Amino acid sequence: MPKLNIKIDGRLLEVKEGSTILDVAKKEGIYIPTLCYHPALTPQSACRICLVEIEKEKVLQPACSFKVRENMVIHTNTPKVLEARRVSLDLIISNHPLDCMTCDIAGNCELQDLAYEFGIKESEFKGRRTNYPIDETNPFIIRDFNKCILCRRCIRVCEEIQNRRVLGVTNRGFDTKIIADFDLPLQDSTCEFCGQCVAVCPVGALTLKIAAGEGREWEFKKINTVCPYCGVGCRFDLNIKDEKIVKVTSNPDNSVNEIALCVKGRFGFDFVNHPDRLKSPLIKRNGRFEEASWDKALDYIANKFLEIRKIEGSDAFAVLSSAKCTNEENYLLQKFTRAVLGTNNIDHCARLCHAPTVTGLATAFGSGAMTNSIEDITSKAKAYFVIGSNTTEQHPVIGIKIRKAVREGAKLIVADPREVDIAKIAKIHLKHRPGTDIALLNSLMNVIIDEELWDKEFVEKRTEGFEELKETVSEYSPQKVEKITGVPAKDIIKSAMILANNKPTSLIYAMGITQHICGHLNVLSCANLQMLLGNMGIPGGGVNPLRGQNNVQGACDMGALPNVYPGYQSVTSKDNQSKFEHFWNVELKKEPGLTVVEMMNEAGKGNIKAMYIMGENPMVSDPDVNHVRKCLESLEILVVQDIFLSETAKLADVVLSGVSFAEKDGTYTNTERRVQLLNKAIKPIGNSKPDWKIICELSTKLGYPMKHNSTKEIMDEMASVTPIYGGISHERLDANGIQWPCPDKEHPGTAILHVGKFSRGLGRFTAVDHLPPEELPDKEYPFVLTTGRVIYHWHTGEMTRRSKGLSTIYPENVVEINPEDAMKLNIKDREIVRVISRRGEIEIKANITERTQPGVLFITFHFAESNANILTISALDEVSKIPELKVCAVAIKKL
Amino acid sequence: MDSIIKIIDEMNKSNEGLVPILQRVQDKLGYLPIDILEAISEKMNLPYNQVFGVTTFYSQFRLEPQGENLIQLCNGTACHVKGSKKIIKTIEEKLGIKKGETTENMKFTFQVVYCIGSCGLSPTAMINKKVIPKLTSSKILKILEELS
Repeated sequence: MPKLNIKIDGRLLEVKEGSTILDVAKKEGIYIPTLCYHPALTPQSACRICLVEIEKEKVLQPACSFKVRENMVIHTNTPKVLEARRVSLDLIISNHPLDCMTCDIAGNCELQDLAYEFGIKESEFKGRRTNYPIDETNPFIIRDFNKCILCRRCIRVCEEIQNRRVLGVTNRGFDTKIIADFDLPLQDSTCEFCGQCVAVCPVGALTLKIAAGEGREWEFKKINTVCPYCGVGCRFDLNIKDEKIVKVTSNPDNSVNEIALCVKGRFGFDFVNHPDRLKSPLIKRNGRFEEASWDKALDYIANKFLEIRKIEGSDAFAVLSSAKCTNEENYLLQKFTRAVLGTNNIDHCARLCHAPTVTGLATAFGSGAMTNSIEDITSKAKAYFVIGSNTTEQHPVIGIKIRKAVREGAKLIVADPREVDIAKIAKIHLKHRPGTDIALLNSLMNVIIDEELWDKEFVEKRTEGFEELKETVSEYSPQKVEKITGVPAKDIIKSAMILANNKPTSLIYAMGITQHICGHLNVLSCANLQMLLGNMGIPGGGVNPLRGQNNVQGACDMGALPNVYPGYQSVTSKDNQSKFEHFWNVELKKEPGLTVVEMMNEAGKGNIKAMYIMGENPMVSDPDVNHVRKCLESLEILVVQDIFLSETAKLADVVLSGVSFAEKDGTYTNTERRVQLLNKAIKPIGNSKPDWKIICELSTKLGYPMKHNSTKEIMDEMASVTPIYGGISHERLDANGIQWPCPDKEHPGTAILHVGKFSRGLGRFTAVDHLPPEELPDKEYPFVLTTGRVIYHWHTGEMTRRSKGLSTIYPENVVEINPEDAMKLNIKDREIVRVISRRGEIEIKANITERTQPGVLFITFHFAESNANILTISALDEVSKIPELKVCAVAIKKL
Repeated sequence: MDSIIKIIDEMNKSNEGLVPILQRVQDKLGYLPIDILEAISEKMNLPYNQVFGVTTFYSQFRLEPQGENLIQLCNGTACHVKGSKKIIKTIEEKLGIKKGETTENMKFTFQVVYCIGSCGLSPTAMINKKVIPKLTSSKILKILEELS
């Protein structure tokens, strides 16, 4: 970049062309006050506080937006400048209530700071004052436009970072006011309550309802940590006062989300201090829970476990680990299962979401994780193929970045049976029938091969199995596939051309691909497409499964799976077995253990006698929960370790009170394989204990002492036997974390996998054929039921439904039904209906909407009282053992 | 509604800007209902707030249906000096509404505007797009009687 010579406050400088005066001043340590300026946003030049004097310019100019020119001479604090700033500030203050004494934002108010700096007690201008009613009608944000200084930061953040463009201005002159959509209350507008506007508001115009009256800036202890919700792994600051989380605030110091957060991350933390939290271990006696000391509860479990191990053997145990818990805890629990209980029967909810990702991508590439990074796919892709991912609702911060890329010209193709939010901005929305992904993907490849548009060099040099693929996909002409998928042939052709002609294209998928009996094959098919297009191992490309839970990647990495030790080291390999036998000083089983659904079935048959479940809720999350209940009830002992008395915990014999993310330290690994440190913010609630400590104590009671003093020590132990984490330790983890593989202490981590060479050598094409879902609609059950989630809730709802804001904005479950079907069945909007499958039935409110296609119903699985998983089927994918949660046959009836 | 959507579609296709589209629609309907603004936003791929912002920025646009007769009294500098304030009062009393409002029988909408470019004729008003020069209270009362 060319350099320019300028003079600022007498200093001669050589500066980059294109810099603003403010950029230069900041770099030089010259102070220029600002107000409407925000470092994450484009300059607005609205407040006139940053005015500076430039020689040969007639008027003062705003430093935030004025670009430097050759030989420019700038003065930043002449009397003229200072007076102009003071008048501008005085004018702003003339219409601002001086109620700092009771304002929640005092101490963190940029206007207050400037008034202090300029010594303005009250305004010299006595004129009209705005008098707006305070808007407290939504559950999250208080809007007081009397305090608004019209800096427009909220508008800019909504447009530039959230990319939602909800906010703007109405009227003009003195009557100018910030509005949402058509000047609607936020809850009636297109606002999705990310709260980014609150984060950037320099004054008290936008404040957090939950924090109103709860304390002010100087009273808070700020702890930087990782969000406990989705796999994006956003970082933020918890603001703590008196051992209570008062609010979450943005902290831009990170590589994942900068200042952005979603509604759950910013507002969904109040479950932590919720009165329902378990505060002590509980033992069930005569059908009722009684509080017990830790010693008593752990002794109870230990005695029972020892007895079962002696009589029934090790494989009578099954353990569910937790994608919500830390890497350290998952490592310990799988070690406990393998080394102490003596079985490989350990699994966790990844089985229900991304088991096919692990098996499928390992088959195709040699490594079962997201190949690229959030940063490169959201800034370098020319096109996106999003299939089976409700990205803007389920991984909101990745969603907003894709929205931005699309606004800046990237082409987006969405394949989803439902009109998910992100489909609204897609160039083409391929609305295929549930369970027809392979046909659709094969057809796209059919067109690409027919048109000779595949990456011949890549396929030739870096892959194998192309001829078989070519032969198979030749059977999937767009015309034929139109009949299978319901997607017009011309849309398939158009999409294929866009994908082939825009390189790199990033493929993004989630549960829509995996939760099928052909989940493993679906993943292989996604891998096929990206290899065919040569989009692997390059920035902006890749096959990118978005992982659901905050630490589901980590729980898999740690070996909370029945077939692998930490780092995906197979339990069936003799070498691995002896390595871990030596390391843990025990004998280990060489046969892989049972998966989630298999464990339940075996419990039902009486083969599993004891289950230990940490931070999972199969009574809501697993398919066919009536069956799950019977299985869990057949156990001799069920131990549940959780923070709430979940539907599953209610069935337990012993409940152990673990802690939330805010009460412990350790690490989470996000969807892009980034290992991040979380920091303890408050003491454990009541008599609860960090989960890792509970495991250590129980293990010790079972005769295998685990004497860890800290999570740091646990990670060091894990890293020493886990090559992909080999170089990772707590000491190395700053706010940016490290992405595995990171084999040694000097290794910087790996942003993109398979660069130049796949983990397995050559990428492997696998020709796959369309496989219809296990249960198709028939006369008795004429609808397809597909399940999913909404932005406001999380998984089985244990956390979000205990968040006041989230449960107010989205209080109850609904079944989405197309208007065409509703009309035929005479179902009215908001009417309670009955949805029935071969496995059970629920009563639920109808929501008539075009979002779902005719013949298809949609229900979320967040609500235990109208649980979609009473209806779902437990048919399994043969390879990955994931149940087909996305498709089953149901009927819908009026009550 | 369909004919309005057709107009929006046609103008949007020939790359007309937002303001001409709003003007044309208002010409047809007499005002700009919110559902029409919503349709314009969606067709032009503009955020709702932007369409609403532009609509409310210009005093020529109305969100409410307008009376049969539009009285736009000027209160610009010249008219103000020449006593338009008194005329505002006369009109408000006569019609029983405040400035910016429409009579219940939808006969009159009364607006106060700032300069209609006829300062030489002040105080002045534009009544149903016709400039009325040198207004007095009795003159305006007579006009209102005639229009009733």
